[in-house]
Amino acid sequence: MRSDRSQSAGLSLKIAAGLGLAFLHLPILLIFVYAFTTEEKSFQWPPPGFTTKWFAVAWNRPDIWEALTLSVKVASIATVIAMVLGTLAAAAVARTKFFGREVISLLVILPIALPGIITGIALRSAFSLADIPFTFWTIILGHATFCVVVVYNNAVARFRRTSGSLIEASMDLGADGFQTFRHVILPNIATALLAGGMLAFALSFDEVIVTTFTAGQQSTLPIWMLEELIRPRQRPVTNVVAMIVVIVTFLPILAAYYLTRDTDQIAGSGK
Amino acid sequence: MTAISTSAITPGRQGLMGRLSDLFWRRPNLLLVLMLVPPLLWLGIIYVGSLFALLLQSFFSIDEFSGLINYEFTLATYGELLRPANFDIILRTLLMSAAVTLASAVIAFPIAYYAARYAKGRWKAVFYLGIMLPLWSSYLVKVYAWKLILAKEGILTWIFAKLHLTWLLDGLLAIPVIGGNSLSISYLGTFIVFVYVWLPFMILPTQAALERVPGNLIEASGDLGADSRQTFRHVLFPLALPGIVAGSIFTFSLTMGDYIIPQIVGTSRLFIGQAVYAQQGTAGNIPLAAAFSVVPIVIMGIYLTIAKRMGAFDAL
Repeated sequence: MRSDRSQSAGLSLKIAAGLGLAFLHLPILLIFVYAFTTEEKSFQWPPPGFTTKWFAVAWNRPDIWEALTLSVKVASIATVIAMVLGTLAAAAVARTKFFGREVISLLVILPIALPGIITGIALRSAFSLADIPFTFWTIILGHATFCVVVVYNNAVARFRRTSGSLIEASMDLGADGFQTFRHVILPNIATALLAGGMLAFALSFDEVIVTTFTAGQQSTLPIWMLEELIRPRQRPVTNVVAMIVVIVTFLPILAAYYLTRDTDQIAGSGK
Repeated sequence: MTAISTSAITPGRQGLMGRLSDLFWRRPNLLLVLMLVPPLLWLGIIYVGSLFALLLQSFFSIDEFSGLINYEFTLATYGELLRPANFDIILRTLLMSAAVTLASAVIAFPIAYYAARYAKGRWKAVFYLGIMLPLWSSYLVKVYAWKLILAKEGILTWIFAKLHLTWLLDGLLAIPVIGGNSLSISYLGTFIVFVYVWLPFMILPTQAALERVPGNLIEASGDLGADSRQTFRHVLFPLALPGIVAGSIFTFSLTMGDYIIPQIVGTSRLFIGQAVYAQQGTAGNIPLAAAFSVVPIVIMGIYLTIAKRMGAFDAL
């Protein structure tokens, strides 16, 4: 090796990369400070004082609890549906080469490649054409549709790494298809599925654009926040909820990362 | 292995599950079809069906007097897109998407390059999570954070004042068109928030492309006498370009379809997403909303075709 230069970056590159990362993180950290401010009417900086009373106020607000419960329910069911559909599609695409494979991949990716507003308005106009009233299930319909892709991406990557000869060996040793699935395939893909499921949960829990079109009068937590952003009622309470949302979404992302970090394809790299 | 040889070794399995298992083994296509039916039904019927229903409606028109939808084939609704007020919306959105894409590419490159080439071991993980956490953290919370930052009484005004640079901020806001009363109600503000929210989507593909550039290529360029600017211009940038184009697919498409950011941070002039939302909601003009939403679909179709030619999909 001739030069040590290649081992360490130039100063300007270091500064540019550092500033870039700071730009990505400081705004989110700022939310944490604002959750403790005593100022109610404006976004004044620096905060005139610090208090924890807004946590108690937020805790006692029934509308927040209702929105949170709805969001968790929707995200759980949408995740389960997305896991089933995504795994099936991934298994089909991974195990055999058949006519129209590309179409399946495109179909799965489309709901996330097109702007959310198009998915939203398409579903809404379809509901109104078919005279379907807005319910809990119309929200889930939309969420499951765009959650399939994250499960699919994770599962396809893992299936590709899982050797087909393992399955053949299991069959040769006398296991039937279901036993092979239970004892050979499932343990191999389990962490990828879990990671995909967590990302799907995070995606659904946070979704607002499609939801505004499919929720009608119901309010999930993101919709609750959106309304507070447009017509603020009690700003400090919104700050507290924002901070909690940040913490709640970070946990599944970190978990998904640790579940898949030793593999070639790391979960979440294609939201 | 054929069906005959398996049955020659062992007798058929007993029980429902056993027989099913044998059936799937003998006819793998049956299993394939069974696996494909549920996702195809869901995505094909619910999703693509809805999309087609929407596209169909863009060929209808709305009766100006009764406000009812006239179910006859017409291109009149598409003609309305060309009216100055509507065409301005499209133009404004495209300009914003282009500006956001360029700015994201410039800011993303150093982060992606550092993460791809210099970050090792623990730092690799730090960079990975450092990009992934903002990408996955709540979209609305990110927008909200910027509403706090850009507010007139917020932290940015405070920083400018502390640095005795208030004149600079006022100067920026005084620029016609992109300026305004405060950052939170100007195009400049909208632009900053868009760049912030979509930046990770640009970093990831750029980083993936840069990771494939062999380090000795850069060294060779240096050994052959190129300075770092020439190396960037003639070696690094061309090799990273497919990744940047791949990232631009996301930044461009996401900016074009967004209707929440310009509503919360920005002027009262509409973007395509807001126009779609307003037309289908308060105005009740579903055909025009549908025609508006065809614009991003067509533009993304063209964009994807060009991107594919430039090899952007290999970088994804």
